[in-house]
Amino acid sequence: MPRITVDVDGITCTDEVQPRTLLVQYLRDQLGKVGTVVGCDTSNCGACTVHMDGHSVKSCSVLAVQADGHEVTTVEALSQDGRLHPMQQAFHDNHALQCGFCTPGMIMQALDLLAENPEPDDEQIREGLEGNLCRCTGYQNIVRAVREASQRMRAGAGPAMEHSGETPAPRTSTEQTAQQRVAGGQS
Amino acid sequence: MTATPVSPSEPELGRARKRKEDARLVTGRTRWTDNMTVPGMLHMAVLRSPVAHARITSIDTSEARRMPGVHAVVTGSDIAGQQGSLPCAWPITEDMKAPAAPAMAVDSVNFAGEAVAMVAARSAAEARDALDAIDIDYEDLDVVLDIESAARDDSPLVHEELGTNRNATWTFDSAEAGTGGDVDRALRDAEIRVDRTFRQQRLIPSFMEPRSVLADPTGEQYTMWSATQVPHILRTMLAMTLGKPEHKIRVIAPDVGGGFGGKLQVTPEEILTFLLAERLGRPVKWTESRSETMVSGHHGRDQVQRLSLAARSDGTVTGLDVKLLADMGAYLRLVTPGIPILGALMFNSIYKFPAYRFSCTNVFTNKTPTDAYRGAGRPEATFAIERMMDELAAELDMDPVEVRRRNWIGHDEFPHTTVAGLTYDSGNYEVATDRAMEMFGYQRLRDEQLRRRQTGDPVQLGIGVSTFTEMCGLAPSRVLGSLSYGAGGWENSQVRVLPTGKVEVVTGTSPHGQSHVTAWSQIVADRLGVPFEDVEVLHGDTQSSPRGLDTYGSRSLTVGGVAAVHASDKVIDKARRIAAHMLECSSDDLDFSGGRFAVRGTDKGMAITDVALAAFTAHDLPEGVEPNLDAEANYDPENFSFPHGTHLCAAEVDTETGAVRIRSYVCVDDVGSVVNPMIVEGQVHGGLAQGIAQALYEEAVYDDDGTLTTATFADYLVPSAADLPEFHTDRTRTDATSNPLGVKGVGEAGTIASTPAVVNAVVDALRHYGVTDVRMPCSPQRVWRALSDARSGSSTRSESGGGLGSMDDGGGFAAGSHGGAR
Repeated sequence: MPRITVDVDGITCTDEVQPRTLLVQYLRDQLGKVGTVVGCDTSNCGACTVHMDGHSVKSCSVLAVQADGHEVTTVEALSQDGRLHPMQQAFHDNHALQCGFCTPGMIMQALDLLAENPEPDDEQIREGLEGNLCRCTGYQNIVRAVREASQRMRAGAGPAMEHSGETPAPRTSTEQTAQQRVAGGQS
Repeated sequence: MTATPVSPSEPELGRARKRKEDARLVTGRTRWTDNMTVPGMLHMAVLRSPVAHARITSIDTSEARRMPGVHAVVTGSDIAGQQGSLPCAWPITEDMKAPAAPAMAVDSVNFAGEAVAMVAARSAAEARDALDAIDIDYEDLDVVLDIESAARDDSPLVHEELGTNRNATWTFDSAEAGTGGDVDRALRDAEIRVDRTFRQQRLIPSFMEPRSVLADPTGEQYTMWSATQVPHILRTMLAMTLGKPEHKIRVIAPDVGGGFGGKLQVTPEEILTFLLAERLGRPVKWTESRSETMVSGHHGRDQVQRLSLAARSDGTVTGLDVKLLADMGAYLRLVTPGIPILGALMFNSIYKFPAYRFSCTNVFTNKTPTDAYRGAGRPEATFAIERMMDELAAELDMDPVEVRRRNWIGHDEFPHTTVAGLTYDSGNYEVATDRAMEMFGYQRLRDEQLRRRQTGDPVQLGIGVSTFTEMCGLAPSRVLGSLSYGAGGWENSQVRVLPTGKVEVVTGTSPHGQSHVTAWSQIVADRLGVPFEDVEVLHGDTQSSPRGLDTYGSRSLTVGGVAAVHASDKVIDKARRIAAHMLECSSDDLDFSGGRFAVRGTDKGMAITDVALAAFTAHDLPEGVEPNLDAEANYDPENFSFPHGTHLCAAEVDTETGAVRIRSYVCVDDVGSVVNPMIVEGQVHGGLAQGIAQALYEEAVYDDDGTLTTATFADYLVPSAADLPEFHTDRTRTDATSNPLGVKGVGEAGTIASTPAVVNAVVDALRHYGVTDVRMPCSPQRVWRALSDARSGSSTRSESGGGLGSMDDGGGFAAGSHGGAR
């Protein structure tokens, strides 16, 4: 079996995996990172969205072996020192979740959206979240939450409101390269 | 709205408290069933029939048994003696025809997706690998798909042994019931008569968390974790179906990711996981793939609706006749046959029909069983009557709001006993409608609509109206009894004030997204005068919350929340006796407010939290008072509750492409008094999304062989954020008089009201071309075809209400459902 080394939420993990193991299965079954969930088997729902090298991927569409040598960030790493990440806080403040099953993926995708476009309008938020399904909220409060988070996370909004360490900063050329390395991960 | 800070003195009821539930959910510290792992656990996978109707002639599992990691391969004949028949708790008529419903097929299969074998293996992957090595031979039987032809005597049969595909016919006639007049006479004497046939397409609930079950037989009690809405019902039904002692079964619904009725079920897989774990003496977990959900989790809706409405030429309605055919699918699940009956008393809605008749025939087909889906019977009724009111308005060339005004129950006419025999306790349709029209800018949009018609704009504007009511708060037990339902409709709560003054509330309702922990905390904090933060709500485990009937039918607050009120009041009564004893006064001299008993006319008093400590130490309690500050209440409602509202939709319809865009959606709902407006608004939003999805996007489509062609989220169009508009919501308030909170229920309102509002808007946009109906979902292809048929003078009615008989027109039916706006 192939051996991989992946940085998952700041911990270096070296494991043997079956070649067919999906990243989400590796996270959940081998590492116990069950904060990331599986909602479908056709990469339509986005519930399994995580970040790989700072960009969102649907972890059901990435093989664990493709994550070898990369950094993976899940929703479990966002809050620090007991403080919610501004995006998590905005979801809470705006009642942007009900059952909460889509929430980890929705939050990770929303962060990617803001990394790409720090000041999206509602239409751009809706389009940026198109690959993440929610059955409970009708999306309106999710749009509100992302809008509010974009204001809180804007540069100059105050130190507490800056990106936390594990979330993507605005894109750099190195990250662009990383994105090419994982092409196909995000559908 | 949600971020507004609240002052400490603000009352708990009506306060937009942020949710206690969120802290774990936004950080990934969740307990979905599939997250659970217990020592020695094996994984189960289920092989499903690829064919819709066949005899199983042979099964060879020998190769599968030799696969790596496989512990067992089990077929239906292996467990035929133990699996019993899946329960149907709602035999709607005494002579109802019900087939045996094995959890796993033994010698025949009746829908594609039915379980035919299962594997237990070391890993989920190995279990699924082994499924591929199972060899089954099928001998095809005639496949029955179309409801209307299935109902005919010459149809091939789904269940040969029943001798018919008709499950039951349930009728209500106001003339016979003594609640109204004779419908035939009303139709005969009608100055205006409107006859229409509508098709409620088949839907898939599509909760986001796939179902998962973990059965652990290694403890003293047999423990089952399940992604279910109904842990209490499940426990009782496991005992009854499998003949197991109920006290040896514990069911836990941990975090449950949505349900919408789709997890109101005792599933084949719950039975199978139980039996497999028992057989192996080891914990077994089954988690479905989404494709399994789509083919094997129960579906919703699926009716052909024929309505005839009689009216006078001034718009006054005089009679309504409703004839339904409802598709049961292949088997009766927990409440399958009763779902259309939940709408039976609601077709008359808010209108004063003097005569009403309802008849529903339930029909078996070789499709996935149907059962509850958000609204359950009431969306079907509301859709049909609200479409009819728009059709009546069109016949009379009258404004659709005006025709409703002429017929609805006036605010001064409550309580009002309807032609269906229900008593609506409160409401004010005038105020809700006026407010909605004002927010919507009704006249301005009508003016624009006229302009676009006059200029022949390729994008036409339509305005859809829906003034709905529903019956919520399931349910008064005696009414359920009169409808032959197999259980009651009461709810249970316990309130326990702990020695330190913190409070535990136990509820028999079982939330899966509805925010009960937050709302029940508010209710009990308000009642006992303790801080919101000091209340813990326990639910979803038959060990910690032993009594209850779970969550569905917008019942939790109106029944379960009221039980918590009654339990709190009992706690206060008990505390009053103890406080009076300690303060050496008569309990009549004690005033209780803000969590404190005060001796009237003095400055003496004590907090209820101090009473709790005194009850715990029990050093000096009054005679006959037990040493705790706990109370339990069972509450059985006397009546349903009747939320209502006015929903208005403006839709732009592109006459060249058939594309529909919702330009504006306004709704004003009256759900009585509100515990938490933030949660209520969230429920409305989510409900609207699902109702709009029925109108525009979603449909479960079968091919001619009975294969579900929409078995993934790539094919079944659950709307995304990009597919839905911004909703403009508001509330009016007339309190329910049937419960002390004045609440009416909100879980299903948005879903029930929105579907006809959207379809009425689409039809309204095209009415002047001669279009009188567009079948749901109103995909671009359907809209375009309805328009081109109308323009060419051919009837659009041939498609409407055609049942799955419309599969006769080849790929059109399937293609239509793929034309969503994704």
